Parts: sequence; C-alpha cells; structure tokens
Amino acid sequence: MGRSKGTKVFALAGDIVNSGIIEIPMGISMREIIYDIGGGMKDGKKFKSVQSGGPSGGCLTADHLDVSVDYESLAAAGAIIGSGGLIAMDENTCMVDTARYFMEFIQDESCGHCVPCRVGTKRMLELLQRMTNGEAEIDDIENLETLARTVSETAMCALGQTAPNPVLTTIKYFRDEYIAHVRDKKCPAHVCTALKEYSIDPEKCKGCGMCARGCPVGAISGEKAQPHVIDADKCIKCGSCKSVCRFDAVILT
Amino acid sequence: MINLTINGKKVSAPEGSTIMEAAKLAGIEIPHLCHCPGIHTNGSCRICVVEIEGMKKLMASCIVKAQEGMVVHTSTERVRLARKIVYDLLISNHPKDCMACARNQSCELQALGGTLGILETHIHGEASPRRVDISPSITRDTRKCILCRRCVTACHEVQGVGAIFAQNRGFNTVIAPALGKPLNSVDCAMCGQCTVVCPTGALTETDGMEKVWAALTDPTKRVAVQVAPAVRAALGEEFGMTPGETVTGKMATALHDLGFDDVFDTNFAADLTILEEGTELLQRLTAALTGGEAVLPMITSCSPGWIKHCEHAFPTEVDHLSSCKSPHTMMGAVIKSFYAEKIGIDPKDMFVVSVMPCTAKKYEIQRPEMQNDGNFNVDAVITTRELARMIRTMGIDFTNLEDGSFDAPLGFSTGAADIFGVTGGVMEAALRTVYELVTGREMPGSNLHLVPIMGLEKIKEAEIKFENVKPEYAFLEGVTAKIAVTSGLKNADVLLTQVRNGTSPYHFIEVMGCPGGCINGGGQPRIRNNVPNYKELRIEALYNEDEGKPIRKSHENPDLLALYRDFLGEPGSHLAHELLHTTYTPRGHFNEWLDPDFQRKQAMEEMLIAE
Repeated sequence: MGRSKGTKVFALAGDIVNSGIIEIPMGISMREIIYDIGGGMKDGKKFKSVQSGGPSGGCLTADHLDVSVDYESLAAAGAIIGSGGLIAMDENTCMVDTARYFMEFIQDESCGHCVPCRVGTKRMLELLQRMTNGEAEIDDIENLETLARTVSETAMCALGQTAPNPVLTTIKYFRDEYIAHVRDKKCPAHVCTALKEYSIDPEKCKGCGMCARGCPVGAISGEKAQPHVIDADKCIKCGSCKSVCRFDAVILT
Repeated sequence: MINLTINGKKVSAPEGSTIMEAAKLAGIEIPHLCHCPGIHTNGSCRICVVEIEGMKKLMASCIVKAQEGMVVHTSTERVRLARKIVYDLLISNHPKDCMACARNQSCELQALGGTLGILETHIHGEASPRRVDISPSITRDTRKCILCRRCVTACHEVQGVGAIFAQNRGFNTVIAPALGKPLNSVDCAMCGQCTVVCPTGALTETDGMEKVWAALTDPTKRVAVQVAPAVRAALGEEFGMTPGETVTGKMATALHDLGFDDVFDTNFAADLTILEEGTELLQRLTAALTGGEAVLPMITSCSPGWIKHCEHAFPTEVDHLSSCKSPHTMMGAVIKSFYAEKIGIDPKDMFVVSVMPCTAKKYEIQRPEMQNDGNFNVDAVITTRELARMIRTMGIDFTNLEDGSFDAPLGFSTGAADIFGVTGGVMEAALRTVYELVTGREMPGSNLHLVPIMGLEKIKEAEIKFENVKPEYAFLEGVTAKIAVTSGLKNADVLLTQVRNGTSPYHFIEVMGCPGGCINGGGQPRIRNNVPNYKELRIEALYNEDEGKPIRKSHENPDLLALYRDFLGEPGSHLAHELLHTTYTPRGHFNEWLDPDFQRKQAMEEMLIAE
C-alpha cells in the first residue's frame, strides 16, 4: 500500500449484485470490493473488467483483482481513483465498445479550449466508431494508441489528460478484442451490431417458421419443415430470430 | 535572475520569464501558434509543448514559468512527435485549399507545417459545423478558424468591445458574436484588430480589391485614389522592409503604375479636416464662453471605428463628436464636386478609392450619410495589406521603384497632416492651427510638437493657455484649454464614461479607435514577432515625415487655401457643411435593424406568418 490514507467513497455499479455507494478503507483489494461488498457478478456470470475513476478511468482485468485500491497502485496499473466511479463488467461486455462509450461521454464533456482534447477526443471517438462498425484497418489500433498517448501528454487540463485512459487500458489489456474487431471484423462479445452475423444451423432447424414470422424485415426464408436461411443483406441484426427459436438453431457469430 | 538548463545550455532569464522567453534568450526558438507576444497567451494550441525533467506530462512553454534549476528539453523525439500529432489534429479540422485563401503564404498555420516538417497527414474526420459571415468590413470564415482566441483577446482585452466570443463547446466551439448573430448585427466597431492578430484566413478584411480592379479596367470611369498617412509608414513591411521605413514616393509611383488616373493624398484632406474641425472647436468654445449653448468637450471624428463604437456604447453622447466627416470621405466629397467640376466630368463617372490602414472605413463608406447628390463620397476602400497584394498581382517590383509624387491639386500636404496617423497627431495638428489663429503666434512647444501627448501611453493630457490673443478672440484671453488624447476603444471608454457622468474636465478630446492610432490600424500589415517595437518605429516614421516638410501647419497649405478661395468659401461655410460634415446615429448595443440580411430574414418571417 502506498501513501494513501483514510477511507474513500466509491459508487459501485455495473453487472454486480450489490450496487450502491460504498466507503472503504484505502488499501483493500479490488477483489474484496467486487466479491465481498458487491456480492460478485450478476447471474453467476464471469467477471471481465472493472473501470475505476469515472468515465476517464482505466479498465482493469481479472489479473488486477488483487491490486490494492489506493492512488499509487491504481495509477501504476493504468487506472485512477478519479471521481470514485467503479463499474464492474461481466463476460458479455465488449471492451472496444466500452472504450467507445466512454469516449463519447468525454468528447461531449470537452470544453473546446485546447486542441488535443477538442479535436483529439473527437478523432479518437471516430476511430473507435470505425472499429465497432467494422470499418477500421489494422494500423488504426496503433494510430489510436499513439493519438491517445499524445492527447494524454499534451492536453491542458486533467479531463483531456485522463480522457484516453479507457482507450489506453483496453488496448493494453484487451488488445485481442481490438484485433478481432479490426482484422477479423468480429465482436467476440457479440455487442457491436455491425459485426454480428446471424445464421441458421441446418442440422438443428426444424423449419417451424417461427423465426421467419418474427423477422421484422422478411430476411428469413425457407420451405415448411425444411431448414431456413437468413439473407445477410436484409438482416438488421435485431436478434428476434434467436430469441424465438425453440431449437437453438440460430447461431450468432 | 533564474538559472535553468535548456537543451543542455545554461540559461539565465529574468524572474517571471516563461520557458519560451528563456529559450529565446538562449537562441532556441520554440515553435508556437496561438501565443501572440504582448497580446495573447492562453496555451490552447499546445504546439509549444516541451519536456521538463521531473514532470509527467509535456508542458506549454508559453505559459509555464521558468524556475530555478529546471531542466528543459525543447525538441526531443517525444516532443517532436507530440507537436506533429497536435498539428495533424489541428489541420484535420481545417480546409486544405490553401491556394485559394487570402492568407496564402502569410498564414501562420501554413508556415508552422513547414517548421515542424510535416510531409503527410494521417488524421482525418468530420469537420465542425461552420459558417461564413461577410460584414462590410470583416469577413469571418469560421471553417478556417483554429480557435486560438487571439481575436477574442484583441476584442475583449485590447479594445474592450467584446463583440465576439467562443460560443458552444467542445468540437462545436465557434468564435462568433452572441447567439451566432452576424457581425454586422452586433456592436462590433469594425476596427479590424481581430484581423491583425488572426493567424489564419478566418478573419480578414472584406475584399475591396475586386471593385477596384473592375473600375480600373472600365474605360468610362475616371478612377482617383487617395492614401491615408499611416499607409506610407507600413506598406514597405509587406515587401520585406523594416517597420518605419517610409515609402511615400514608391507608393505614389506604384499607384500610378496600377493605372489610377489621379493619385491624391488623404493628407490634403487631413489639412482640410484641421481647418473644419478647428473652426468647429472655436465655434463651440466661443458659444460656451459667451453665454451660449455648446456641447463640450468636443471629440474628434476621424476614426470610423471609434465613431461606430461611440454610437453603440455611448449613444447619448454623440453630440460631443465633431460633425466633421473623416478625412478620406471629405476628400471623396471634394473629388466628386470641386475636382470633377474642374476637369469637367460628371461625378457619377468618378470612382474614388481610398487606401486605408483601417477596416472600419469599408463600413463607413456605406453609411447613408456619406453621400452627396446621390453619389457616395468614396466608392471603395482597400487596406494597406490589400494594396500590397494588388502591387504584387500587377507585377510591380516595389522595392526598386523610383520615387514619384502625388497629383495636384489634391496631393500637397503639410507636416500637420502626416501625424494624423499617430495617436496625438490630430490634436497636435489642430492646436498648431487653432493656437495660431487665436494668438497670431506659433504654438509653443518643442519643434512644434506638444510633447505630453506624444507616445503610446493610454491616456495623455495637456493644457494650453491662450494669452495675448487677437482682439476678435478676446473672450479666450487667459483661458486654459484642457485636452486629452487616447487611442484604443477600451481607453476611450474611460474618457467617455467621464463625459457621460458630466465629470470630464476637458475641452477637446482626440480618440483613435486602434491602440497607437492609425499606424496600428486593423488594415495594416500584421504583427511581426521579430520586431516588437513596430508601433514606435511607424510613429517615428510619421514624425520624421512631418519634420521634413517645409510647411507644417495645415492653415498654410497653399492648395488648401486655393480650394477655400475658389470653391468652398471659408471654413464652416454652408457648402463646407454640406460636403464635409455629417450626423451620427445613436445605436445602442445592437445594430440588427441596420443589417440588410437581418431585415430580409425578418421580412421573410413576417411573410410566412401572414401566409
């Protein structure tokens, strides 16, 4: 434990059983906060990440669960205590989308005074949007990282200096997810709509037609009692086919 | 002194120096963009960042003060990369059609790309919402704005007007008048100080050259040009000469080469102004001292930016303004009456161009008062910067031109006219004449100068006592005239607040809209960082012009006396009033009803409601 003393109030939220305002002594572990105080992840899901410090905080991983919660240790891991926000995220979370979400917030908060924050956060957001839309190229990960580092180093106030934290930490700890988005055009957590792909397993499909009737855009066709198919060009990836299929025949990739 | 190390060099810098200033002492130039020495420092561009040992982040060297023992690195790999990326970010939201921009080759943003060694750009994306606003004097193209806020400082801190400010926030920030109104709808004085400090083409003078080129190529037009005193002290800077190098002769030659039929000197009209304004002052003093009613102090009216500001900020005090038109509109009126008659040309076929150090004069010539017999006194105004551009376009080798001269009968002037371009000059010129008219003796002072009102102080005062006066001015015997001189609208506000409160001790006040007078006008060549004392140098140039002339008092200008004898009658005559005097409009804070765009919009809205 570093020099941090006393207690700290956090707003614990996210995919966690007990969310709310908590006051903890400095130096307890993240694991104690998430599992002992927070009661673990909802619906028995697996813990994936916790973002500490509000929208401009960094995202930590399961490897950091035993990090002591104090100013110095969190900073060393790439996160901050910041405004005292703690958001726990389960395995169904897409980290690229999470970075995009926080960047959207930060970009909106920029006052517009200095260039790195005013234009930099906008350009970072645009890069992240391209990634979650499957329009980015492999170099964009490095471009985003360089840009994020420069914004952090040159921005005038703490908002701009910490704004890239979610981006930098997610690239650092979840780089494979970025690569999946950019190179394979896939969202491993199936969150990014543009990267979702629905198909029907002909082995499992009984041809009941439930999915075709539920499809709002008429993208599913097939003879009765024959395996159905989804027209990817028409599909708007709403997921209603998957939710109505009683044979678990709709595959999401 | 503070001792620090910059790039391995030991540097001693005065207490309070910024890192950038300290580096300069060591011969290290740190690239910068938003910083404008002496006027504006707000650290918004982040181009001047440097590495300071022991600090996590890069620091803006224009803001961070040098401290004892500091170790600074101004161009490490880390710093160079950061600067390139910040620059890339800046231009990712800036149009790249530099070839079609008024600031091509004089743009600080463009030049910075060269300094930083930018060979390609990597960052692209959406552009902020932007608009173009063309007022009579100033064109705002917010697509080109880099939000350095120098203009905001010039408008708020230097001029005290506050017509523009950052609106909205974040990526949608835009520098604009309140509520996004056009500049012509608010209390902008059109002084153009914002166009002098703008590093890019976002704020420029509204183009006047097109009309001038058209007139020059129109065979049915006789095109007369006149040049304000301050132009000759600064035009050379546009061609690489040092500030303060007067180019009167070369300028006259260049104007002839450009194809103007008559090359006149606004200086002549400055002498004319002195006779009219001096007479008005004496009339007001006479009335006040002989029991009549007179509005005192009288305030000079040569600066149209000042006039517009007074109409907005002190609408109840416009009676204090001298009714004289500004010298160049007087000249326009004389050209289109006396001169047109003399050469037998219909005034409608005369086209008068004014070359001015000023942007407000572009607005001024459109005022409805500035016409006689349905002809506007002046048809086009171009700034010093625009004249330089025209000279370049014409392919004139300015620096190697022979000296030429102005044309008669409106080209001869006295030394008193030259100093119109300097703060304190109009007052000094007026007193040279008024004192002599009243006493029959030369104005006391050093070499005809009224030393207390010379220089760049904000508010200057002097007293002048009339003794042993001529019999017709017996009421002035023993009277001490109190005068004040100021320049810059913020300083003018101080004197005008006294006037409004009835506490002003003065009889006569000279106000120039731009700090330092016309030599630092909104249409003059832009500030050069390497010559911090450019104002002083330009002032000195005009005083030298004055002192070098054989006649230095307006009332001794032989051509002017001939004009009165043959045409105008005497100063303050009926004809003089018709041609050379004007009226003012109390406007208050908003000017929108005078803006044709606003009127059109309003009319359209009313039509829609009627439907």
